[in-house]
This record gives sequence, C-alpha cells and structure tokens, in this order.
Amino acid sequence: MAHLLILWPMSGSISLSGPRLTGFLCVLLVVSAHASRDAVSGNNETWGSPARATQGDPHHQNSSTTHRKAFPVLSFNYDHVKTPFEISLWILLALLMKLGFHIIPRVSSIVLESCLLIVVGLLIGGIIKAIKQTAPVLDSKLFFLYLLPPIILDAGYFLPIRPFTENMGTILVFAVVGTLWNAAFIGGMMYGVCQIEGAQLGHVDLLSCLLFGAIISAVDPVAVLAVFEEIHINELLYILVFGESLLNDAVTVVLYHLFEEFSHAGIVTVGDAFLGVVCFFVVSLGGVMVGTIYGILGAFTSRFTSHTRVIEPLFVFLYSYMAYLSAEVFHLSGIMSLIACGVTMRPYVEANISHKSYTTIKYFLKMWSSVSETLIFIFLGVSTVAGPHAWNWTFVIFTVILCLVSRVLGVMGLTYIINKFRIVKLTKKDQFIVAYGGLRGAIAFSLGFLLTNNEMKNMFLTAIITVIFFTVFVQGMTIRPLVELLAVKKKEESKTSINEEIHTQFLDHLLTGIEDICGHYGHHHWKDKYDAYVKRWLIVGERSTEPQLISFYNKMEMKQAMMLVESGSAAKLPTLMSAATLQNIQQKGVPSRRAIPSISKSREEEIRKILRANLQKTRQKLYSYRRHDLVMDPFEDNVSEIRFRRQRAEMEKRMSHYLTVPANRQETPSVRKVCFEPENKVYTYDDSESPRGRAAQPSPRLPDAISLLSKSPQRPNQTSALRAKGSTELRAKAPDEQEEQDQVKLSRCFSDPGPNEEEEEDGSFLS
Amino acid sequence: MGALQSLPGQPEHIDLAEKTGFSLEQIGVLHKRFRQLSHNEETLRRDHFNEIPDLACNPIRAQIIEAFFDKRNYRQNGEGTVEEISFEDFLVVMSHFRPPSVHMTEEQRESVRREKLRFLFNMHDTDNDGTITLEEYRHVVEELLSRSGALGKETAKGIADAAMLEVASISVGHMEPDEFYEGITFEHFLKLLNGFEIESRMNIRFLNMDTTTLCK
Repeated sequence: MAHLLILWPMSGSISLSGPRLTGFLCVLLVVSAHASRDAVSGNNETWGSPARATQGDPHHQNSSTTHRKAFPVLSFNYDHVKTPFEISLWILLALLMKLGFHIIPRVSSIVLESCLLIVVGLLIGGIIKAIKQTAPVLDSKLFFLYLLPPIILDAGYFLPIRPFTENMGTILVFAVVGTLWNAAFIGGMMYGVCQIEGAQLGHVDLLSCLLFGAIISAVDPVAVLAVFEEIHINELLYILVFGESLLNDAVTVVLYHLFEEFSHAGIVTVGDAFLGVVCFFVVSLGGVMVGTIYGILGAFTSRFTSHTRVIEPLFVFLYSYMAYLSAEVFHLSGIMSLIACGVTMRPYVEANISHKSYTTIKYFLKMWSSVSETLIFIFLGVSTVAGPHAWNWTFVIFTVILCLVSRVLGVMGLTYIINKFRIVKLTKKDQFIVAYGGLRGAIAFSLGFLLTNNEMKNMFLTAIITVIFFTVFVQGMTIRPLVELLAVKKKEESKTSINEEIHTQFLDHLLTGIEDICGHYGHHHWKDKYDAYVKRWLIVGERSTEPQLISFYNKMEMKQAMMLVESGSAAKLPTLMSAATLQNIQQKGVPSRRAIPSISKSREEEIRKILRANLQKTRQKLYSYRRHDLVMDPFEDNVSEIRFRRQRAEMEKRMSHYLTVPANRQETPSVRKVCFEPENKVYTYDDSESPRGRAAQPSPRLPDAISLLSKSPQRPNQTSALRAKGSTELRAKAPDEQEEQDQVKLSRCFSDPGPNEEEEEDGSFLS
Repeated sequence: MGALQSLPGQPEHIDLAEKTGFSLEQIGVLHKRFRQLSHNEETLRRDHFNEIPDLACNPIRAQIIEAFFDKRNYRQNGEGTVEEISFEDFLVVMSHFRPPSVHMTEEQRESVRREKLRFLFNMHDTDNDGTITLEEYRHVVEELLSRSGALGKETAKGIADAAMLEVASISVGHMEPDEFYEGITFEHFLKLLNGFEIESRMNIRFLNMDTTTLCK
C-alpha cells in the first residue's frame, strides 16, 4: 500500500506525460498486486476457477484428492520478486524525481538538487509514516557497502592529479589536523555545554561527547561534491575542500573506533592514546597501500586485455570495489583505499584499454555515482522523518553553532600556518570558501546510526541530522550567491593549447634538470624516476615510451577528426568558393580565407571542451592495428589514419606557406589563384611557372602550397638558411604525401565523395 | 650565521645575497654544490655539467646547460655565450627559479613573470636573433620527444607546426597574403603564455639545509 500512495503525489506533481504514464502504469501494477495479494494467500488458483476460491478455506491448500486443480493460466506470485522489485522501484522513483527537477526550468537554477532530493525524501517519509508503514531506513550497511563506493570511485578515478599532488601538503593538513581540531573542539565544548544546569544533559559524559564530536567533525565528500559541482568554482578551492573531505576519512574512522572503544571501557590511559595515534597511521597508510596494490594489479591486468576488450571496464570496477572491501575488512580507511586504487590504476589502464572501454568506464561511473547520490539524499530525508528523535534545544543549537565556529577557527588558524609554506598563498576569500564549504552529510549520519543504542543515540542522531540539514540547505544554497558576491575566481575555461602543453612538459624537464644541478632531490626528480621505471612494467609495449605530448597531440587530432565528421557543415569555416583570385578574396572581405586558419567559435568551444579533460587519456588507435576488436574499428582505423596523415600533410603545407616563404614574393596573381578548397572542386590556375604543375594538377587539393613551395627556391633572400632547408625538405616530402593522397583522392574524385567526406577532409588541425 | 662565518668569501656572499635575493644559507649551500660540481675549481665548464649523472637522462639537457652559459641570462644585457662561468653567474642563473615573495605588487609580479618568461624564451631562441623561428621551435619539440626515437621526430614536426600556427593565430590573427610569420617574438611569447601562471610554476624550493652530500 505504501507504494500506491507514493506514486500518487509523484504523478500529480510532474506535468509531463512521460512520467505520469509510467506512474499510472506502476500504479495499476501495484494496485493489482496488492489487491490480489490480499485476496489470494497461499493459494495459487486462478481466476479461471472462481468456484474453488469460494469454496474452501483460503489458507487450506487443497490437494488433488477431492478436487482437481485447473491448470493455472495466469498466476500471481509477488513474494517471489518482492525484494528486487522494491529496490528497482525505489531507484526508478528516485531517478524520475531527478528527471523532473531538471525539466522544471526555474527550480534547478535556484535550489540545489541535493536539497530538493532531501525534501522529496521528507515528503515520502512523511507519507509512509502517515500510513503507518515502516519506512526503509538508511541502513549503515547499505550505505557503506553499496551507496558510498560508486561515488568515491567516481571522484577518485577522475581526480585531477596535478592540482591534488601540488596541494597535497595543504590538503593533508586540513584533513588531519583540521578534523582533529574540529573533533576536539566540538567534543570538548559540548561537554562543557552539557554541564550547564537546566539543559538536562548531565548524563552525557566526556567520551560520548568526544565521540559525537568525532562523528560530526568530518567534512563529507558526497555533500561537497553535490554542492561544488554546481557552483563551478576554481580548481584550487575545489581540490582543497574535496581533497580534504576524502582524506579525512582515515581520521574519522580512527577517532570513531577509538572513542567507541573507550566509551565502553570507560577510562582512557596514555597508552591508549598512543595506540590511537599509531592506529591512525596504520589506518591511513594501510588503506593507501591496499588501494595501491589493487591498483597495480588492475593496471597489470589491463596490459593483457587486448583480446577481450569487452570485459575491460569490469576489471576496473571490480578491482576498485575489492580494494574498498578489503580495506574495510581490516577496519582500514576504505575511502582512501578506493582513491589510491583509482589514482594508481588510471594512467596505466587508460594507456592500455580501448577507447570504447574508456567511454564505458566513464559513463558507468558517472551513472552509478549519480544514482547513489540521489538515493542517499532521498533516504536521508526518509530516515529523518522515520527515525526516533530526541529533540533537545540546547544540544542541537549549540552543536550547530559550534560546528560553524570550529570550522572557521580551524581554517583560519591552519591557513595562517600553511601560508608560510605555500608559494601561492591562500587569500581571505579562499579561506572563507574553504570554511563555508565544509559540509556535513550522510557519512556522519550513518556513523551515528552505527552507535549502540542508548538514550544518547537518539539525541545525537537528531543533532547530526540538524547539522546536515543546516549545512546542506543553508550553506549549500547560499554558497552560490556568495561566490558570485565575493567574485571568487571561477573554473577557468582552460584553453589547453598545444603551446601550453609543450611548455608544461618543457618546464617539468627544466625544473627536474635544475633540481639535479642544485643537488636537491625535489618532487620533480622523484616523479621523473617513477615515470621512467614504473611505466615500463605497466603499459603495453611501445606506448610506455610515449611521452605525454604525443598522446596529447594525437588525441587532439583524433578529436578534431571526429568532430569534423560529426559536426557537419554547421561548424565549419565557410569554404565553398569557386576559384577566385586573391583580389576577389580580399575584396569579399572574408579575411579568414587568406589569413591563418583561425578557429570558428563553435569549433573552439568544442575543442576546448574536449581538451579540458585530463591529458593522460586513452591512446587512440593511431598506432595499434588490431583488427579483431569490435567490428567497426578496422574501418575507423583506416579512415583515421588517412585522415591524420592528410591533415598533417596539409598543415605542413600551410606552415610552409606562412612560415617559410619570405615576404617579398613576386608572384603573379594567377598562380595564387588558389585557396583551401574542398577536394572535389576542380579549379584551374596558371601553373606554367610551376615545375610541379603537372603533378599537381590531378590533385586539386593542395595546389596552392605546392605551387608556392616551388616558388620559394627562387626567392632572392632567405634570411635564414634553415628556412630554405625547411622548405626544400617539405617540397621533397610533398611528392610522397601526394602520391598517397593522389590514390585516395582519385578514387574519391571518381566516386561520389558525399558530404561527410568532403567535410572531414577539409579541415586541418585548426580550422 | 655562526657556522658560515668560518667560510671564506663571506662578504661576497652578502653582496650576492643582495643581488640575487637568496638567503645567506641558500648561497652557502649552492656554493658548496658549485665547488662539488667544479671539483673545487673557481669556474664551471660545460663538461662539468655533463658529468652529473641524473642530468644525463633529461631530454632537454643540452638546452639547460646552454642556459647557464648564455650571457643573456646574466641580467647584464649581454649577449653571446661564454665558455666558463663563475659562482656569481651560476647564482644569477639560479635566481631565475626563486619563488616570488609573498607581498608583491602587481608590477613586481609582472616583472617576475617577464623575467621568467624571458629565461624560457632565451632557451628557445638559440641563434639569438630575438625571435623563435619555426626551426628553433621544431628543435625544442624534437628534444622534448627525443626519448621516443624515430616516431618522435616525425610527430615533433607536426606538433611544432601546429604550435606555430596557433601562435600566429593568437598573436597576429589576420595576416596579409604576402606577409608571413617570421617567428615568435618575445611579445608574442608573453601573449601566448598569458594564462600559464609561470610565476608560480617555475620555481625550485631552495633549501637552507645542505643535502648536497646525499646527491651526486
């Protein structure tokens, strides 16, 4: 019956036909399920034999001695599928909610999705309570084993490594020292509050307060992700807060277990405290070690998956999940293990797996983490309504205030110390955002849920829920306008241009070299050594020697090529021009034709979007010619290869044109009556002066470059001998490129090229 | 301070400290390293650098070493190269890698940027003509990819070409048909790496402690 009532509000609130239809279907199904279930119990007879139903005792299973049962044409057995059915229904509902929010235009821009989901959970919980059913509660086991890992894996796998490692010191200080400070401050002050007369809190002892402090002090990665995803803050702040929320898990685990043990034991000795410190190191480093081991295993496995590409994603998921579970077995920090596994595995796996597997991994992770997050917030709402509460004004209000105060003090104090060691200092604005972004979430709730049942537990739970609600609703919703107000630097549209990439690499090597000269083994040095040795073991074959720059460049070209195919004519530069003279071009005032091919805006956006992703991406199939992969690939390979080579050649031609031909050419306009045309347009030009004219004619594609190239030796002054060498080199290269292209082009000239091919050949890297 | 007072050449160090901005401890450490590299001679030569084993596997080793012998990096507006360098020159080149100080005005930050980018520019512009030509840029990329063998050479061309095109399109945008792009001037270079945040990236943490005995 509960299901019935849940569906009604949903179908009423969403004004689309799709969900409503689904809702109605669900309603029908469930209504019939319930109706039948109530009527028919333990009896599998059908409606085909109503006489039987009226006859005997419904609970009395009649055997074939007196009556003969008719063959059940249609039978009903809900219990059989009850559990998976309910689970699926819940997940489906949650996702339909999510869908609904994004369709209603105004809501999603004002209110955070997580807030809406909690509200929905509250509603559902309220409804369930109203009909006096037992609501599904956010069971800790369900949370920690099923709902949390996908989110953490998703976050860890796509963690931006460079900012993370660059700010590792800061993040660790915030995570460890900050959380300890929070726990101590809140626990201690709450104990002081509990001593206040008249608050009826005298029964709360110090250890319980400290335990409570430990639970409530940790910044929650789920909530942080949910909020920070939507405000697009700059990378540094994001990685600081998010990194802290991930790494403080070790502290939380240790403190939680420590205080729980102590509160049972009753007294604390110095030895116990010392053991606690040791335990912290064991938990955190052990977790990282477990994760790294599984990560290396995963990377090593991926080296051999070239023959079974289809199951590649599963290895990633399973190794990571095993890392998490293995860490949890020993009470090590599962979150840190999962992060370590993802981070370790990623560069090697991505070098080894196919592009499709990479896409699969990406999408599955995003999907699972999205579902998990939605479910977590809804369950949080439901559990709020359902759970037993013990409201105590003093306790709750002081908890909220102390959380805020301790966070602010902690961040400010730590930043003061940290800034002495940082090169890029944290400004006051940064500190404010870091402090304000310290949200609590479902992890605190689940930990509270795990407490042993005593009279304090309900009070603690109430306080925890209040803090969570406060942080998510108040802080989460106001952080966006505050970010705007304070003009905090937003996430930059990173134009990772090839020049920046070159210089990043160059700088890396330069700094390593300088460190070596100084005799100081800094982290550049170690990173270099690590790269050199480890990669050899974990990456297939020749790819292990391939530097980042080549992968980056190839990836860009591949994306460019793909974009050209997919984008169609809309994003291209307008190039449909007949053979026109230079004057014509100039008079038409379309400078882009003759200028350096500049990127059109939409193309630029696409390129940037793609380039913004992490650079250690999957190797495209440029150098692997494996044919027995999925069927489409061989074709793709061929086409890509040719495309790349042609693009590259074309670009070289353009380069030589713009960059090597000196300024004082004396060319007749007729020779220059060429432009970058789509290949199936034949146009004439006066090539009498060009020695390559004959060769160039059948391939109308690159006439300009070739003819101009041929002109260059006649130039009187070459300001640099190198330039002449460069151009002759190119010229010598041209015939090779050309023959190959001739063949392809001829075949295409004579067959109908079709719009796609025309477009895909027309572009070069930048156009 | 007490330990350093027994070292010879102390007053020079104070001058150097003022000139380059290093602290006295850092200068002491670097001096020790200088002596270690030069086998206790007064000047360093190129072959001394070649003896550093860690540097051997660095793809841009040659350019780094050249940078030390390039007079343009001595902040005296000199040009050309030298055959051997003194400790002062060594220190001046190293000072390009000092982290910027905390409190800097915008102009100071800008001048630090320019200085560091000038260093990089000088590294690329090997023939000292004030522009990075296509060939020079190609050489840079080839060196970066030199560990990849033959594969690298071919791709290096492509990458360098693409990069030059990009520079041209950023800096010049529209060119007349009979113009051509000579090379990257320093101003274009600045414009190109505008978003690169070099003042926070091109830094080495110079230690006040002496760890040179641990390394080769």
